[in-house]
Amino acid sequence: MKLLSLQRKMTRATMAPLTQSEHLRPTAPNGRPMRAYAAEFIKPNDRLTSFERLEIYNRQYWYRLLSSLADDFPGLSVVIGNRRFEAMSKAYLMDCPSRSFTLRDLGSRLEGWLRRHPKWAGSRQKLAIDMVRLEWADIEAFDGKAEPFLRTEDLAGVDPSKLRLNLQPYIQLLDLRYPVDDLALEVRSDNDNDFASNAFYERRKQKRVQAVARLAPSRIYLCVHRVDDTVYFRRIEREEFEILTSLRNGKTLGRAVGAAFRNSKLSAEEQAATVQDWFRREAALGWFCRIEIPEAKS
Amino acid sequence: MPANRFNGFTEYGVGIGLRSPHYTHILTRKPVVDWFEIISENFMIGGGRPLHILDQILEQYRVVQHGVSMYFGSAEKLNREHLRRLKDLVKRTKTPWLSDHLCWGSVDGRYTHDLLPMPYTFEAARITAQKVREVRDFLEIPVVVENVSSYAEFHMSEMTEWEFLNEVVERADCGILLDVNNIYVSSQNHNFNPMEYVNSVPVERVAQIHIAGHSKYRKYILDTHDHPVIDPVWKVYSRAIERIGHTATLLEWDDRIPTFDEVHNEALKANKFLAGASLARAV
Repeated sequence: MKLLSLQRKMTRATMAPLTQSEHLRPTAPNGRPMRAYAAEFIKPNDRLTSFERLEIYNRQYWYRLLSSLADDFPGLSVVIGNRRFEAMSKAYLMDCPSRSFTLRDLGSRLEGWLRRHPKWAGSRQKLAIDMVRLEWADIEAFDGKAEPFLRTEDLAGVDPSKLRLNLQPYIQLLDLRYPVDDLALEVRSDNDNDFASNAFYERRKQKRVQAVARLAPSRIYLCVHRVDDTVYFRRIEREEFEILTSLRNGKTLGRAVGAAFRNSKLSAEEQAATVQDWFRREAALGWFCRIEIPEAKS
Repeated sequence: MPANRFNGFTEYGVGIGLRSPHYTHILTRKPVVDWFEIISENFMIGGGRPLHILDQILEQYRVVQHGVSMYFGSAEKLNREHLRRLKDLVKRTKTPWLSDHLCWGSVDGRYTHDLLPMPYTFEAARITAQKVREVRDFLEIPVVVENVSSYAEFHMSEMTEWEFLNEVVERADCGILLDVNNIYVSSQNHNFNPMEYVNSVPVERVAQIHIAGHSKYRKYILDTHDHPVIDPVWKVYSRAIERIGHTATLLEWDDRIPTFDEVHNEALKANKFLAGASLARAV
């Protein structure tokens, strides 16, 4: 047997789902008994059969990856329930095995997968999708790249109608149908509590179930950003969200503002004052990157 | 064998793994630690807190990179994006050498995120050594390979694990990160004498040593890095130091991580053995 053949054979068994009782499955991926499959390439010893030795790796694979997903998506687990979350995670990993060298990327395809497989989200698919988007945005914002901040002097003499502003790569913009930011923060604060007793866990579980049950649709616009290495969820106005989204898509500032206020009842002066307020705050939070506009300054 | 070309001619002492529960302690108390080992993959990112912490650590401490997903032994080609990001980190840390495992863990672009054991064949040694050379040429720093703990052996193996290690490092002309806990764990799982392994290691190629704790189950031992080092592992370490001499030594503690002082004190137990080696060299 060649190296590649052995590695394919072992990977197929290692990534095969565990049984309900968390054992290696009795049937191999090729339909043969797993005991015979394992014995073909793994030696037994005086304490363990080939099957049992392969099972160690099979279990390690699933324990490690399931634990990683649970760490990354605690809010989704609360929304759909722990048992469904575990079953969903197994189905997701079967369909979307890791294709990255880092476990950090394990949940990168979860939103798309959950949209294609709504049954795993239970009765609240839209809420579940919103939570996945928020939790993935949290990961991206936490360790995404940051460019040097925009300085006031970068804008000197620039014609606003031609100005293109770049958002920091780590900034995540989300339009959500549910206010899942509140729930996510509640879940986080509970997880930060080291105190552990059965009564505490019971109260926590009850609290979370109630929080999910009372969560009604209410569209929000969110900017997931970071300050001093801490990630924050900041709610923003629809028009502000549209301007930032347009800027990210390469539109000029003039076009972005014009499109966002297209149907607005605000006067031109009110629009200008509002936009100035937003930009002052956004710049203070470091949301824009430094830019070079040589032709505009000449 | 203190400084050699495989560890960038450095003479490091006893270090510990840099782990997030200890960040605040290290940055506020500034304990005296000879060096830290980082898991490369934790810092191969765009920015944010991990890199900010790393930069602060780099201002005050010596750091060596240790990887967990290069998979020198995988039959597929190296991941170029992985290498590019690793090189960015190497430039940042200025690590004198870089280690990863003598194992495989991905096939056809799918990652298990595990350190899977090699079949000890000449074909596997050739493929593995070629990839070690490619990585070293790309990163332009010494690359050393670490022996892993294993729970399975393959029918197709043509040699012992230590013969395979020697075959790979000779073909790649690379160094060794000798993990004495992994030697002990595998010796118990596969019924061999750990001292026979240690006695066969080419001492001139050892760049670094790992020590760690593990978990014992009824029929096998798991390399869990969640306990102190046990006496039989210290004995293997003692023999390794006796043969190799004073060598950069690092304690790995990755799960159920206790206080910084507890981890550091456990690591410093290695000094007892290292002092003996230094004395022997002086005599």
